[in-house]
Amino acid sequence: MSEIAPPIGIVIAHGGMADGLVGAVRHIAGDSADMLVPISNEGMSPEDLRAAIDRAADGGSAVVFVDLQAGSCCTAALASCRACSDRVVLTGVNLPMLIDFVFNRTRPFEELVDRLVERSRDAIRPVRVDAGRGA
Amino acid sequence: MPVVLYRVDERLIHGQVVIGWGHELRPDRYLVVDDDIAESDWEQELYRLGAGSAEVSFETTADAIEALVRYAADPARTIVLTRDIRTMRRLAESGGMVGRTVNVGGLHHATGRTKVLTYVHLAPGEVEDVQRILDAGARVQARDLPDAPKVDLADELGLTEDADDA
Repeated sequence: MSEIAPPIGIVIAHGGMADGLVGAVRHIAGDSADMLVPISNEGMSPEDLRAAIDRAADGGSAVVFVDLQAGSCCTAALASCRACSDRVVLTGVNLPMLIDFVFNRTRPFEELVDRLVERSRDAIRPVRVDAGRGA
Repeated sequence: MPVVLYRVDERLIHGQVVIGWGHELRPDRYLVVDDDIAESDWEQELYRLGAGSAEVSFETTADAIEALVRYAADPARTIVLTRDIRTMRRLAESGGMVGRTVNVGGLHHATGRTKVLTYVHLAPGEVEDVQRILDAGARVQARDLPDAPKVDLADELGLTEDADDA
């Protein structure tokens, strides 16, 4: 039985965001960040962007992380992942999502995707410190 | 105020348009004029995903020329998008854009194109298209976002401009 290769992560975002996020993952998780490919949309035509995603995925399984749903990054990612059951586009990329990905990408694909959505949403919350306590 | 913006942008419906210009102009509708996308259901679905709550219409160039006459009497605020200058030229040459301004927002580097601005690259044929839009009575202005400097492409390209201010 052949083993299914785990997906790579492709981070595609506006300006310097993708490089920044992947750099932050490397800072926290070390070489695990090698599984992430950052792509900036800066100066890229829609065709260039889609080709860059195709090259990064290299015909294999991929989770494509994008910043905005209303964006050229997302449009190019969706076009690249169209009709590919082993690729998915996740919008609203954040750092907890990427860190969870690099440590859990060997999980079954659908389970991984559900987990990433859940973990990234859980990471967004108001945090308050009660200034009156412990004084 | 039927058409609030005529824009040429390879990316069509994307962040700068929906967030940047959308926040400024509050469109009710995006009209994408493109002969290929007008026939492609899956591409239309892609662009609708990015448009938020605004309506999105897709028309061939020929149909858009008729649709724009209807939209002139429509209270809905419409942003008209093409992904190339040639299509905008065809709209302008239909006669309905006299005195209006065409906004050029994103034409990226490609073989045969020369850099005009960081976000505008034009092939010789596209410069000719700009001239034809000017000849049709419209202005052509590069500006990627509403708060960015306006760059008159007629001046930038050394073309002849006949239109009055829009």
